[in-house]
Amino acid sequence: MTAVSVRNVWKEYDGRIVLEQVSLEVEPHSFIALVGPSGCGKSTFLRMLLSAETPTKGDILFEGERLPGEPTADRGVVFQRYSVFPHLTVLENVVLGKEFAASPLLGKLFGKARKRAREEAAEILTAVGLGDFLHLYPSQLSGGMQQRLAIAQALIKRPKILLLDEPFGALDPGIRAEIHVLMLKLWRETRMTVFMVTHDLSEAFHLGTRVIAFDRPRNRPEERDRYGATITHDLAVWPPKYPVSDTHIASGGTTRLLDELEALPGRPGVGH
Amino acid sequence: MDRAGGRPAVMRKRMINVYPTRGAALFLAALPFLLLLLAYLAGSAARLADNPDDKLLPSFASIGAGFARMAFEADPRTGDVLLWVDTAASLARLLAGLAIATVMAGVFGIAIGLVPFVRTTFNGFVAVIAMIPPLAILPILFIIFGLGETSKVALIVIGVAPVVMRDMILRVDEMPRELMVKAQTLGASTWQIALRVVVPQMMPRLIDSVRLSLCSAWLFLIAAEAIASQSGLGYRIFLLRRYLAMDTILPYVAWITLLAFALDFGLRRLQGKAFPWFAQGRT
Repeated sequence: MTAVSVRNVWKEYDGRIVLEQVSLEVEPHSFIALVGPSGCGKSTFLRMLLSAETPTKGDILFEGERLPGEPTADRGVVFQRYSVFPHLTVLENVVLGKEFAASPLLGKLFGKARKRAREEAAEILTAVGLGDFLHLYPSQLSGGMQQRLAIAQALIKRPKILLLDEPFGALDPGIRAEIHVLMLKLWRETRMTVFMVTHDLSEAFHLGTRVIAFDRPRNRPEERDRYGATITHDLAVWPPKYPVSDTHIASGGTTRLLDELEALPGRPGVGH
Repeated sequence: MDRAGGRPAVMRKRMINVYPTRGAALFLAALPFLLLLLAYLAGSAARLADNPDDKLLPSFASIGAGFARMAFEADPRTGDVLLWVDTAASLARLLAGLAIATVMAGVFGIAIGLVPFVRTTFNGFVAVIAMIPPLAILPILFIIFGLGETSKVALIVIGVAPVVMRDMILRVDEMPRELMVKAQTLGASTWQIALRVVVPQMMPRLIDSVRLSLCSAWLFLIAAEAIASQSGLGYRIFLLRRYLAMDTILPYVAWITLLAFALDFGLRRLQGKAFPWFAQGRT
């Protein structure tokens, strides 16, 4: 069974082709890292998975069904910025997802239901390491803590797919390493399928079970508008992370694959 | 140690990097007020020396007497203490107008900013309506609503609401797309997004917008009171103009300024108290 099936998807903006001939089958509980140069459409691809944008041509199926035309609660997201609501405290940011589901009219819970939702939210926040900061506003948090909050906020909806758009790009290396450990742990526990756009190849191989590279096979100035980017590399990461235990992937494996990607011939033609 | 030109060390910094000390800052901030006061005193003294009956620049003593007469003595004709009666009348009109305008602007501005169908229907309409000079339709308001309170409040609403509404539309536009998408991935409906995400984020911005339009609200109030009214601060100063009663007009103007400043200050405090996240996020 495939969790996500992308069938010959194209994306155009005003006649300018951004993505073409993108096809992809993704197993459930994969961790897909999307890499590629700036402007190669990998974020556009992620937004299409989110239904924040629709493909010009082609279909994206999720568990055999075509994606709905707008974002839904079964697909969570963490952006690089603006992922959390500045007017709510850490706890309120996470409770919000519960409140939307339980209270259609006011979007707010009271009494016992409120207490239960807050306890569940606090539990998730403790799991991502924010247990001591429940009543701060996002602007009082560091960048890494804000991203942890954004992850917790998405997790309370128990999404089947988690979409990450350069989530750790703005974090310094130490914080990033910590949040990588957390991310792998959450991925294993929740059995979500994760798509992550990143600029960082080592991050891609460290976290991903599969690394997908987007690029423009034809990139001369006169070709840019008429030929889009597509998937140029599709690499399974070795050793497989799942159902492997929670130890870190052997660094040897990562390095070897990094070398391999670097050594691959640049931009082979489409369909080769 | 300075070898370049014998200038003191502090002068070697660029102007944009030199800050006054606390004491100097206080003095500098007070300086323009003091200069204005001095200029007035000098002018007043010179004119009064020339002609003790001069009405144009009355002495501070007669201004004080004028103020006391309005603020503490009952008017012989009506038995009212005029300053307070005028203040109450004007503030009631101003606050009613501002309240109606704010609610209208908030509701419609957010609806137009958030829902594409509402936007395509009303965006152009609001843009055109906002261009009508409010004072130009004051006669129409007098004809429709009569010379009572309604027409004055309506003028303030018509003058203030479109501007604040357009500002709200822009502010909703400014909200990061990511937040809207995020709310949807948390399962929110349009109504829930409006209620829990957009409205709370717009409240402090609405206060900013209202603060900026306070000045035009006062303008419309005083204009309406000057033209047709039997009470109010604007009515009073235009009435006193006939008697060249500068000793009363000047304290009235100062009083109006003080009220406007207090209102602005109060709104700013309210914003800081009610929306602590807003001030923190701004720095």
